[in-house]
Amino acid sequence: MEVIFRVSEDILIASIKGEVDHHSAAPLRQSIDRSMKAFGCKDLILDFTSVEFMDSSGIGVALGRYKKLSKSGGQIYISGCSSYIEKVLDMAGVFSIIPKADSFESAVELMRGQEQMCMEV
Amino acid sequence: MKNVMKTEFSALAENEAFARATAASFIMPLDPTVEELTEVKTAVSEAVSNSIIHGYGGCEDKASERVIMECAVFENGKVVITIEDEGVGIEDVEKAREPLFSTGDSEERSGMGFTVMESFMDKVKVKSEKGKGTTVILTKYLDVVSDL
Repeated sequence: MEVIFRVSEDILIASIKGEVDHHSAAPLRQSIDRSMKAFGCKDLILDFTSVEFMDSSGIGVALGRYKKLSKSGGQIYISGCSSYIEKVLDMAGVFSIIPKADSFESAVELMRGQEQMCMEV
Repeated sequence: MKNVMKTEFSALAENEAFARATAASFIMPLDPTVEELTEVKTAVSEAVSNSIIHGYGGCEDKASERVIMECAVFENGKVVITIEDEGVGIEDVEKAREPLFSTGDSEERSGMGFTVMESFMDKVKVKSEKGKGTTVILTKYLDVVSDL
């Protein structure tokens, strides 16, 4: 498992590569949380485009980040899910609280759009 | 005709990948679809993780504890995978199988392990006794394309 981080203003994009299971979930969580802090990011995009395998540990990682960000007032998006990954996340109703986008690029756009709407109001 | 395989490994998290890859390669001769293969791998991963996290959760020396995996494949496409541990066992199996139920330790658990196994396999049987370990029997019927 490997994570590639990109930063776009205050959004951290975490592109996960490889297999997400109970074994890899702990270092995955830690590296995302550490990078959020290190880059001073407020919002997070979990990008699953290059995930080759994922069990229910991925649900824990997504919901755990959601809980953290809702405390700090940040937004979270999930992007790049294959139909299989979407099925696993959907079993726990993840998408009823975390919005999804086709790619991390469109997630960035959607996040920016929402921020703009907030500012206009 | 039936073909069987049995493997035993330390109750270490790094063996989760080994277990699901082994089960996947054993069922390969049945020519499963990519989807079926992924479903079997995911269910095996959940069952093995449960043994390691919960069955042997309190053990200090997990390397000397064992998880046993047995696979049996049948000509008609039936796959039976048994995952067994001699850990603490499950007090209330019915409750443990409920979606979102977790013993709720500090780590981020989804409580979806059994739900995932049930949705990806055709049958999930759990035998457990407190203090004596847990056996999970996963059954799946693969769509076998006959060569006739």
